[in-house]
Amino acid sequence: MIAETPAPPPSFRRRRPRFGDAGLRILAGAAAIGALLLVGLLVYKVTEEAWPSISEFGLAFLWGKEWNAVTGEFGALYLIWGTAFSSLVAIAIAAPVAIAIGLFLSELAPRSLRAPVGALVELLAAIPSVVLGLWGIIVLGPFLQQHVEPWLADHLGFIPFFSGDPSNVGLLPAAVVLTIMIIPIVASISRELFLSVPGDLKQGSLALGSTRWEMVRNVAIPQVSAGLVAAVILGLARALGEAIAVSQVIGGGLSFSISVFHPADTLAGRIASQYQGSTSDLQTASLAYLAVILLVMSLIANVAAQLIVRRIRRRMGVAH
Amino acid sequence: MELLATLASVFAVALLVIVIASVIKEGAPALSWDFFTKPPAPFGQTTGGIANSIVGTLLMTAMATALALPGGVLIAIYNVEFAPPRVAETVRLVLNMLAGVPTIVIGIFIYGLLVVGSGQSAIAASVALAILMLPLIARATEEVLALVPPSLREAGLALGSTRSRTVIRIILPTAIGGIITSAIVAIARAAGETAPVLFTSSIVANVVSTDVHGALGSIPLSIYVNSESPSVHDQQQAWAAALVLLAFVLILSITGRLLSLRTRRQIERMR
Repeated sequence: MIAETPAPPPSFRRRRPRFGDAGLRILAGAAAIGALLLVGLLVYKVTEEAWPSISEFGLAFLWGKEWNAVTGEFGALYLIWGTAFSSLVAIAIAAPVAIAIGLFLSELAPRSLRAPVGALVELLAAIPSVVLGLWGIIVLGPFLQQHVEPWLADHLGFIPFFSGDPSNVGLLPAAVVLTIMIIPIVASISRELFLSVPGDLKQGSLALGSTRWEMVRNVAIPQVSAGLVAAVILGLARALGEAIAVSQVIGGGLSFSISVFHPADTLAGRIASQYQGSTSDLQTASLAYLAVILLVMSLIANVAAQLIVRRIRRRMGVAH
Repeated sequence: MELLATLASVFAVALLVIVIASVIKEGAPALSWDFFTKPPAPFGQTTGGIANSIVGTLLMTAMATALALPGGVLIAIYNVEFAPPRVAETVRLVLNMLAGVPTIVIGIFIYGLLVVGSGQSAIAASVALAILMLPLIARATEEVLALVPPSLREAGLALGSTRSRTVIRIILPTAIGGIITSAIVAIARAAGETAPVLFTSSIVANVVSTDVHGALGSIPLSIYVNSESPSVHDQQQAWAAALVLLAFVLILSITGRLLSLRTRRQIERMR
């Protein structure tokens, strides 16, 4: 009798995974290291491009007032001023509006409205900056010039902010465009923050007889105030670095003007408008120097915001 | 105060509506078949379109996605599956820093790295766009991977599967919807960016080209250039291009959002 030889049991051991266990780990680790190296390379390369200007002007570049391609003198003072001024005006308008939106979406709005309104606010962030800039030049600028700025000049002209002649380009349209860009960023972070406030704290406050607004003011906002600061810093960082829309509407003027009607320029805006048409190596390097300043500012803002967020997380992790 | 918070939200939604309405009102009349199929007309003529920019934007975002998607997903896998917590923290910090770098600075970086010496090219622009997309994809993918229920992961390991196999066979397929969403959102962002292409792929001829070794036009760039022109025709072209870009970006964003809700719900149901 010939017994049928049983088929050998399938060997699981032999079938090695096509992709060794170490393979994916190494590949994934390499990608992560690659990201770290990329940031390092970016900082190095931009600094290298700026080097001729850094060695020529040194730190005095920061307070140099000239920007003259003919005489080869470059300084960033007015651009730093324009960047700080436009971003601060923008964040001053955007922060209260965005935090209020965050509150509305997390605490105040009827439940059925929260998701759709939240989605619409986030869509605002999806509008490409060049489209906002186009709208800024053709619609917003003339509107501000004809309707808003004359009113401001007539009624508030005694404040130096609103001195001078209305113009269709300048700091005000730039600040408004920046405001539109940063509202959704700050609003969505604020909403997350307010949602993270423990429900028993809110209900406790309401149970003690607070109105909803008193609960928000006395419980919710103090709970998340550090996070709100981080959100505002992130919004500010976005405004500092915006190049395209700003260069479209700000008018490219260099002065120490405090009036929001006057043309101004920012670090990022100047890079966008002049890098391509730069006429000398020193000008190119000086524009890269502006990029270094911008990079330092945005890295500081970003790390500061992240450290704040991390501290909050840790505190909350301990509390619960 | 509650009224003020409501007004703030109405204000934000109104801004969205006003901008979209302006773009539709000014852009729609200039849309035509020619607008999509022809390159810009020579100076003075008014029959051109933005076909070269549409082709350029499609090619460059596709190449940028091909570069950023694998890298971003791998970084996310590393952070969720392999990295010690401290290392993962650091990687996250650096990714957030990268996401915070102004896009114009990325443009300068790639200009120095790839354009100096060898000239502008769609490849250089794609690398710049990929740098912008990388942290977006990595962060969003990491969030989805972290949502995958630990029970699935443990079941895979308990059956004797290696860690890598568990990731490839179980975790990635579970999270695939979320990964696609992250890519869509990043594509929407990259397609609308002007600053990274401004110095890397901007000196372009008015012909439709698919040669990625040379500079290619892009929709944002054509809007940027036309928006600064005093000619009414150019401004109209800018509005029409803005309408095309806005429609593309908003449709992608909304699709991404809906998909992400669906994926999250699916994964949550597994728990």
